[in-house]
Amino acid sequence: MVGVEGSYNDKVIRQFSVMTVVWGVVGMLVGVFIAAQLYWPTLNFDVPWLSYGRLRPLHTNAVIFAFGGCALFATSLYTVQRTCHVRLISDKLASFVFWGWQLVIVAAAVSLPLGYTQGKEYAELEWPIDVLITIVWVAYAVLFFGTIAKRKVKHIYVANWFYGAYIITIALLHVVNNLAIPAGWMKSYSVYSGAVDAMVQWWYGHNAVGFFLTTAFLGMMYYFVPKQAGRPIYSYRLSIVHFWALIAIYMWAGPHHLQYTALPDWAQSLGMVFSLVLLAPSWGGAINGILTLSGVWYKLRTDPILKFLIVSLSFYMMSTFEGPMMSIKTVNSLSHYTDWTIGHVHAGALGWVAMISIGSIYAMLPRLLRLPKMYSVKLIDVHFWLHTIGVVVYIAAMWIAGVTQGLMWRATDPDTGTLVYSFVEALNATKPYYVFRLGGGLIVLSGMLVMAWNVFKTFRLTAANTEPQPLLAPDAADARA
Amino acid sequence: MVPGLITAALLVLFVGGTLYLWRPSVKPEMDAAAQMPLDDDKEEIA
Repeated sequence: MVGVEGSYNDKVIRQFSVMTVVWGVVGMLVGVFIAAQLYWPTLNFDVPWLSYGRLRPLHTNAVIFAFGGCALFATSLYTVQRTCHVRLISDKLASFVFWGWQLVIVAAAVSLPLGYTQGKEYAELEWPIDVLITIVWVAYAVLFFGTIAKRKVKHIYVANWFYGAYIITIALLHVVNNLAIPAGWMKSYSVYSGAVDAMVQWWYGHNAVGFFLTTAFLGMMYYFVPKQAGRPIYSYRLSIVHFWALIAIYMWAGPHHLQYTALPDWAQSLGMVFSLVLLAPSWGGAINGILTLSGVWYKLRTDPILKFLIVSLSFYMMSTFEGPMMSIKTVNSLSHYTDWTIGHVHAGALGWVAMISIGSIYAMLPRLLRLPKMYSVKLIDVHFWLHTIGVVVYIAAMWIAGVTQGLMWRATDPDTGTLVYSFVEALNATKPYYVFRLGGGLIVLSGMLVMAWNVFKTFRLTAANTEPQPLLAPDAADARA
Repeated sequence: MVPGLITAALLVLFVGGTLYLWRPSVKPEMDAAAQMPLDDDKEEIA
């Protein structure tokens, strides 16, 4: 059956896909460098813009908003076109979103090392960049929802629901948390103060995890896992229940970042309870993805892309068990402020977010370039094992370091009531694990370099002008006839 | 009182929506929707 007249806008998706890999390498390289600084502090060379305090937000912004963000732009704009059977509403708007987002990333890469920051985690960027983000994000929303509005099929596929919720919620979170009074071109003061400031920040911070790093990537899962497995999602009904349960609950879990602080006790307990309830939709969704392989488990033996996608869901389940557990106040009293939190974050970021992104880019790229497969499937497998081993080394090192820190910090002499260990003794005890963390990070980075090579060689396989992919027929039922 | 009623109403809405989804008459629509990611691959093969 031949598609209807017209084609998809794949140019913007190719651009975002390539930049996903580029920013992935850059962001992880900065991560490896600051991991080395934690073991060898002199690596900052006494240069202010190489100091850990400035490079750490550069690392987090680069991997979350540059690497993860580009992956989300690429896959959401791919998915919305394919499942709505239409081209994006505007090529110019698509181009604006791409170049606007790259400008945001470059502005972050320059301003953060120079020391410009709002001092809010994951929201460090100063107000002019925040305004630019808002403009680009509104353009993205118009592009995405405008494409859904002119769709040629009746049903809106569930992946688009997840992407749509992420676009709306990130707009809300970004604007509310960054409300500030400018005091110069690169200086501002937040409109919030005290405990309210902390609550707004972690309402934002946790929902950045919930809607940027989870909901949106679940959209990716709902499109690319069935696509790569060659089977429909295990239960479409469950996917809809998953969506409503997840977005209703996630919004309330933020206070678990502020256990035992000046936040009212009831708000801390609320955050803990909602975090525990989150386990249900999180695991329900992950099981829905994994069971999509029912009957085709053998494909895992030969398809490394599927391995990336399914192992990402395993890490997702592990992280979404660990997160609620760490939100329990008694557990949090041990884990908070320790490297256990860093291990947890990287199980989610490297295990779940990076692996589902990498798998989806590998799945999407040959289709974008009208090729049967990537340049080297063997190299995808090499990447899979490098990434998996690197992540496991990293998070295991941080778990051990974190629990060690927590136990040493809380140890008191029962007779005198004084602390048994000084801070530096706990630091000495955990230092060896920082080498393992650096090693794990280096292995993950080497995997990203393998990916960059594979992507480069895959592009070289294509003709100068890749034939545009024709649109699908207007109605899904007709398209399947 | 009012927040409790709103919470109860939302819970009823969620449970009601879930039960609606599992009605046998909805199954064909759900099955068709689940095929959507696979549509363009089928077209390529055709």
